[in-house]
Amino acid sequence: MSILMFKGILVLVLFLVSLGIAAYSTYAERKIAAFLQDRIGPDRAGPFGLLQPIADGVKMFLKEEIIPTVSDKLLFILGPSMFMLTALMTSAVIPWGKPLEFGGVTYNLQVADINIGILYIMGVVSLGVYGIMIGGWASNNKFALLGAVRASSQMISYELAMGMSVIAVLLMTNGSLSLNAIVESQGTGKLYGFINVSGINWNVFYQPAAFIIFLVCAFAECNRTPFDLPEADSELIGGFHTEYSSMKLGLYLFAEYINMFISSTVIACLFFGGYNFPGIEYASTVLPANVVSLISVAALFGKIFFFIFFFMWVRWTLPRFRYDQLMRLGWQMLMPIAIINVLITGAVIIFFGN
Amino acid sequence: MQLTNRSKVVTKPEMTWMERMYLPAIFSGLSITIKHLFRKKATLRYPEVTREFAPVYRGMHVLKKDEQGRENCTACGLCAVSCPAEAITMDAAERKKGEEHLYREEKYADKYEINMLRCIYCGLCEEACPKDAIYLTDRIVPSDFTRGGFIFGKDMLGEKMDDRIDVSKRKKQYTS
Repeated sequence: MSILMFKGILVLVLFLVSLGIAAYSTYAERKIAAFLQDRIGPDRAGPFGLLQPIADGVKMFLKEEIIPTVSDKLLFILGPSMFMLTALMTSAVIPWGKPLEFGGVTYNLQVADINIGILYIMGVVSLGVYGIMIGGWASNNKFALLGAVRASSQMISYELAMGMSVIAVLLMTNGSLSLNAIVESQGTGKLYGFINVSGINWNVFYQPAAFIIFLVCAFAECNRTPFDLPEADSELIGGFHTEYSSMKLGLYLFAEYINMFISSTVIACLFFGGYNFPGIEYASTVLPANVVSLISVAALFGKIFFFIFFFMWVRWTLPRFRYDQLMRLGWQMLMPIAIINVLITGAVIIFFGN
Repeated sequence: MQLTNRSKVVTKPEMTWMERMYLPAIFSGLSITIKHLFRKKATLRYPEVTREFAPVYRGMHVLKKDEQGRENCTACGLCAVSCPAEAITMDAAERKKGEEHLYREEKYADKYEINMLRCIYCGLCEEACPKDAIYLTDRIVPSDFTRGGFIFGKDMLGEKMDDRIDVSKRKKQYTS
């Protein structure tokens, strides 16, 4: 099996996994919402309602497709397509596990190990706002436009703090932007220099402030409650996707869940050691490499699922921010804290070494 | 100008530094919601499980029959008179020879109709009935597409002998 073929299979698997997780995130969202409100949630389609995403998907496909006559048709179709495209592109640079070995050849579980991995993710994610902006503009609807304007200004504001919080992490990994290097650096070394358990040297223990800033910004970037102002149902009907129907609406909703999945993955990779799990070095001495690789993939997905759950948990706990509060939080609190955090991290590294 | 002495001065204090961090409040909120995750759910899976009605629940009417399957109703019209919504109409008829197994007394209701859209489920017909013939049950009135479909005759209201409705909880206590 050539490397190219393996990468092709990996891309296909990632595509299907992204869509599958996005589909079941909708189900999980409804179930968790129900459980947190003392209800049961969907349980009619299949056992425990497990076929609900399929029913929803079929419904989305069969609905009437409406393109408003006053809309810009090309941009109207381009909007959701771009949003979906950017959402699917981000999974390319994430290291999904330890390398697999078949017949003496190692296959990295990463589509592309580019040396600017995290920068690539942030760049692609910020392109995603074009999907929202174009869709909201092309709808020719004031609510859609308001939602789109909110989305773009919110994303731009929170990207800065997000980037600043990432810089503090990058300082600790000798300035490497490659996600693979960041994850690997968390798998070796002792936690705080004396807790000798391999694979637990996670950045969150060194950078709790950066983690919280990144988490808050991730919520804002994914347009999740408490920062769901772009689609605030109670104020803007549906926000930027007010005019959308059928599968174009489905693409928007789907892409949002894929974004959530990718954000969870990035959080897990940057702060929670990615595919590393406690005792990974010991495991790789006693177990075959491929088994360790599969366990590491499972560990990464465990972390991802926890964060997806956390996203939903927060959604059903907190009310929405007001717009001025959102802006004040982004610019006057998160930004300064992130910059101070970078300065302190840099000072500590210069004066005390690593 | 003070109109009453019930007015209160509303103060909106500035948030302290800890409050403006939001984090303590967020964590207490998260802990509240996570407790609900493990709580007993209030939902009943309706068609499979039904909530038990109170004994005084007033649902769809039934025209009772006695043990031998004879209709109790004698078409006296007291229920129609007592009905505040004027939902009940009936036509009386005389029992013929050979119909003793159908009707308990010499007179019976040939036609007995309740307009379920007019009915207010007050239960006065049940109270007025001297023959134990009409009762309000815990059955739910079925839905329909037309208004005409809600005028229920004896076919809908009459008690089925193979599916008798227990009204013992609602039976009148004749104590003088």
